[in-house]
Amino acid sequence: MSVLVDASTRVICQGFTGRQGSFHSEQAMAYGTRMVGGVTPGKGGQQHLGLPVFDTVHAAVRETGAEATMIYVPAAYAADAILEAADAGIQVIVCITEGIPVLDMLKVKAALARSPSVLIGPNCPGVITPGACKIGIMPGAIHRPGRVGIVSRSGTLTYEAVEQTSAEGLGQSTCIGIGGDPIHGLDFVDCLALFEDDPDTDAVLMVGEIGGDAEEAAAAFVQQRMTKPVVAYIAGVTAPPGKRMGHAGAIVSGGGGTAEAKYSALQAAGVFIVRSPALLGRSVAEQLANPARRSSGR
Amino acid sequence: MNLHEYQAKQLFTQFGIPVPASSVAETLDEMRLGATSVGLPMMLKAQVHAGGRGKAGGVRRCASDAELERAARELLGKPLVTAQTTPEGLPVSRLLLEAPVEVEREFYLALLVDRAAERILIMASAAGGMDIEQVAASDPEALLVSRIEPVFGLRPWQSRQIGLHFGLEPDQQRAFAKLLGSLYQLFTECDASLVEINPLVLTSDGELIALDAKIELDDNALYRHPQLAALHDPSQEDAREVAARAEGLSYISLDGDIGCMVNGAGLAMATMDLIALHGGAPANFLDVGGGATAERVARAFQLVLSDDKVAAVLVNIFGGIVRCDLIAEGILAAVKEVGVTVPVVVRLEGTNAELGLQRLAQSDLAIETAATLTDAANKVVAAAAATRAGLEAELQAEVAADRAAHAQASVGEQS
Repeated sequence: MSVLVDASTRVICQGFTGRQGSFHSEQAMAYGTRMVGGVTPGKGGQQHLGLPVFDTVHAAVRETGAEATMIYVPAAYAADAILEAADAGIQVIVCITEGIPVLDMLKVKAALARSPSVLIGPNCPGVITPGACKIGIMPGAIHRPGRVGIVSRSGTLTYEAVEQTSAEGLGQSTCIGIGGDPIHGLDFVDCLALFEDDPDTDAVLMVGEIGGDAEEAAAAFVQQRMTKPVVAYIAGVTAPPGKRMGHAGAIVSGGGGTAEAKYSALQAAGVFIVRSPALLGRSVAEQLANPARRSSGR
Repeated sequence: MNLHEYQAKQLFTQFGIPVPASSVAETLDEMRLGATSVGLPMMLKAQVHAGGRGKAGGVRRCASDAELERAARELLGKPLVTAQTTPEGLPVSRLLLEAPVEVEREFYLALLVDRAAERILIMASAAGGMDIEQVAASDPEALLVSRIEPVFGLRPWQSRQIGLHFGLEPDQQRAFAKLLGSLYQLFTECDASLVEINPLVLTSDGELIALDAKIELDDNALYRHPQLAALHDPSQEDAREVAARAEGLSYISLDGDIGCMVNGAGLAMATMDLIALHGGAPANFLDVGGGATAERVARAFQLVLSDDKVAAVLVNIFGGIVRCDLIAEGILAAVKEVGVTVPVVVRLEGTNAELGLQRLAQSDLAIETAATLTDAANKVVAAAAATRAGLEAELQAEVAADRAAHAQASVGEQS
């Protein structure tokens, strides 16, 4: 039915009693996410939104059996929050926080390499399995349960992809926002692998952008491993080189990371590339209806 | 955030990395004073955030006071245009005076963050003074790449390997290991994203000296380095981009004539691409952020319209948690407040989108609504073309009127 999270996933929020943490925990509960509590150091023992507050993630895991966390703590404390969650044995760590220093993330990633935890983000909208579990800041109402997996480096552009696939009557199995930072957790390749192995995903829509070479790595993976159709859109064809386009990771530097280079790698790998952000949903629908047309591009 | 060469070299000195004897001058008086301590002959280097200074005449060797005076007058307070700047160039408000160095050999040395490997990367080349991308393309053998384990940090074998690659003598090798260690310490303690020495030189006395210095800092880490954040020089950036950042908006100037106002960085880029795909040209990248409140939208309008090139504006908002009808009211208030004089096309999607579009359509303001992204792109490209045509017609009418008035005047003179 989905990857990473489903209706049974027990979720906590780190930064639970803060403004962002409170608002998005309420939204998640209203959506039906199985929220079991939250963490705010110094407020352990209190109740918030009708759920228990804990001082540490370890205590929250012990008392509630939490399996996933969503992190809304400020950037200066976010790396610590991720490491605490991993040490406490949280399986899916979703970090929404924007603005974590790159060198902090290098150390976090090195530490997570020896941990079974999966990190999503930081600087991301989160992950949602429509109708079952919403962990993040995405508007729940635009999603429909369905069979398209969506993976994206962006926020509102992901909502665009969701809205369009919903409008086509397709719906989504799971949508993963991997985030706009240069160093982050789950990557395109990881998500493509999850969707390839998920019996309830029929096609994948990936939304990339300029900067780095994660899309090129995804292209190689599609060529070697994927049997399901993949549709890709890359934002930033018109972005000038050397400029950071909003996201810390969205920069064309030293002639590398251009949208065109990513498009050609993806196209060569048999990915159906779409150049208009208005045609994301329709392209997936067409691929599902007629997969023989794979790799023609538009 | 980028540092100037003189700022980077001050950090080098602080971390024990050798640089030439130097002095920094903001005025001609300071330059004359500094010159006495550095001594003739000396190098005069214009301080701007761009490469290609040498070819653009921004780096000069001066052998006499007269030469120095002339070079300083030519550079100080004027814009320097290099291959890497806009045609307007960047203002030179400081000069670096430096003692020349007897160069025996030149190397390239840089530390940067390797996104794919998730490591700090050392790049070293025995061909210094050259553009490193050129070296990578023409002579990949000359380029040595080594990655640093975040847990262990820089290891002695890495310094040895690079020293051998450079062909250093054993005592030079020790000096190099110390220099590389200091560079790594600077990189991690200052939260740099790039530290580059090009060239690193071996002098005829066998000493290693950083002849040039380039440092980029991680913006996300500046909160813990207030003393480094204070080195920011806004004069080296686009004025509108600086103003936007102060307002918490993310804005980048582009060459086209269609102003863009979008929520979300990815959607903002996608909107630019969409405009280009439909035959238009975006005037800017602008992410108003998740909130998209009336106040932010008003500020964003002011920013977009402060660019005279803008012939039409496309507002593309995906209302997720913020309702589109509230955003529509924000747009109406902003258009009224700012006094928008060019056509505005609005596309709203998400929560209460229809209600929002209705509000806009019902208003007496000249706002065109669009049902889809494609519709929005077509409408704004057409609107921009109409504005351009209108301006041209206006201009021609003015010229014609001028001519007519002129003709009448000459008739008057004759009679």
